[in-house]
Amino acid sequence: MFLLFTTALLLEKSILVLALFTVTLGVAAYATLAERKVAAAMQDRVGPNRTGPFGLLQPIADGVKFFMKEDFMPNSAERWLYILAPGAFMFVACMTSAVIPWGTELTLFGRPVALQVADLNIGILYILGFTSLGVYGVMVGGWASNNKYSLYSAIRASAQMISYELAMGLALIAVVMLTGTLSLREMAEQQAGLNWNVWYQPLGFLIFFVCALAECNRAPFDMAECETELIGGYHTEYSSMKLGFFLFAEYINMFIACAVIAVVYFGGYNFPGLDPSWLGGLMGLVVMLAKTFFFIFVFMWIRWTLPRFRYDQLMQLGWKTLVPLAMVNMLLTGTFVLVFES
Amino acid sequence: MQSLTNRSKVVVNKEMSFGERLYLPAVFQGMWITLKHFVRALIKGPNTVRYPEEKRSFAPIWRGWHVLKRDEEGRERCTACGLCAVACPAEAITMVAAERQQGEEHLYREEKYAAVYEINMLRCIFCGLCEEACPKEAIFLTDRIVPADYVRQNFIFGKELLVEGIEPDKRIDVSKRQKHLTEKQAPPA
Ligand code: SF4
Ligand code: SF4
Repeated sequence: MFLLFTTALLLEKSILVLALFTVTLGVAAYATLAERKVAAAMQDRVGPNRTGPFGLLQPIADGVKFFMKEDFMPNSAERWLYILAPGAFMFVACMTSAVIPWGTELTLFGRPVALQVADLNIGILYILGFTSLGVYGVMVGGWASNNKYSLYSAIRASAQMISYELAMGLALIAVVMLTGTLSLREMAEQQAGLNWNVWYQPLGFLIFFVCALAECNRAPFDMAECETELIGGYHTEYSSMKLGFFLFAEYINMFIACAVIAVVYFGGYNFPGLDPSWLGGLMGLVVMLAKTFFFIFVFMWIRWTLPRFRYDQLMQLGWKTLVPLAMVNMLLTGTFVLVFES
Repeated sequence: MQSLTNRSKVVVNKEMSFGERLYLPAVFQGMWITLKHFVRALIKGPNTVRYPEEKRSFAPIWRGWHVLKRDEEGRERCTACGLCAVACPAEAITMVAAERQQGEEHLYREEKYAAVYEINMLRCIFCGLCEEACPKEAIFLTDRIVPADYVRQNFIFGKELLVEGIEPDKRIDVSKRQKHLTEKQAPPA
């Protein structure tokens, strides 16, 4: 009996992991296309339209291009770290998706199946931990290239990511105080219907959102890339699929960041009228994805609107504005919780 | 300095006000603008002309690849007077004149004709002054684009590339350009 149960669990989780991996990769691939289409529309252009209808095969063409290109490695590069960095970046990006609850529990073959790979009771900590690991990919990649621009960019990127992680963590603490849990599933369950955290934490959401942009290296905080000043930043020396990995992992990061925003602040798979049936469960999944995609769109929208921050402005915003604001937010939430729940 | 458009703004390096330091109003303003463009592009589609499938039509009086016209009987109109070469500001035109021999009346309308007539398309600025100078209505600019090439020598167009064919279907219609020129040269009413 126990054996049967374990096998079923293993099978279920493996399928889930595979599905999640495929979906993540697919979304990231098509996010690259969507990005170009959104950019095009915002600039009154057409965007890629040569590969298949509406350019739908563009991500495949890009992938093939990345594989066919010469895999160049600078002579003076730190060989192993240089090879390791893109892989590490990609790995970290993919790992984060494990704790995100994509939907309610469905009943499949008589047993409840949660649409979540791992319901860690410290889900939020896990995510914070892995996003801070993400900086290693950028840093190691930039440093191992042995190129001054890459090094500058790597230093900038690590400083930026570390600074913004602080405000991000502080913003999340307020949510944790409010919900009393670190598990993302419990958090999602608490936000049934329209009882979303964002109504209680508007400031916290804003801070988290800005920090998420910075963590994902997205404009207006794309200090790590800086095409205009640092000729591509930490991946200047990368080519072929190694470069592809870096670019791709950034899109995965964006997807995951948007999913986290949706779960933590916008009720995840909840919507008014969610019922525990099969159909309701699927609807929850669709709603969750819709919310995520909406935030991906907002990320792109911001990228194609705002110019990059200067480095000192970025640091100032992080340390002198967001961190104090997040602390005030934490204080207010604490008072609120104390007054209303006792 | 006097402003020409009234749209210029004087840049001042003043302290930003609190509202400006919040960034958010300006951010939302900017995002509103891009959103308007986005929605407009979604509904109406961008104004882009999708080139290989869709070609913009030329202006009827487009000034491109020259043609040396023949008259109704198929004789070359040019008499090698050189007025076009004189008028040409880019000095793109050169020619060698020759005398029409007995039995060549069906080829050349005048007694003198251009044995060699060359336009250097790399020098030409397609101003159309050669047309205006020509007393014989022999040279016209047409709506054909001079094709690109890798070799400079190939841009020197000789008579084989300039003179139109004798067959009726090889004639090149310049009536629009002709009309435009007459209107342009007509004394103001
Ligand atoms: S179009 Fe102008 S530049 Fe060209 S050949 Fe005629 S006169 Fe010269
Ligand atoms: S094209 Fe006209 S202007 Fe030029 S040489 Fe011939 S007749 Fe004279």
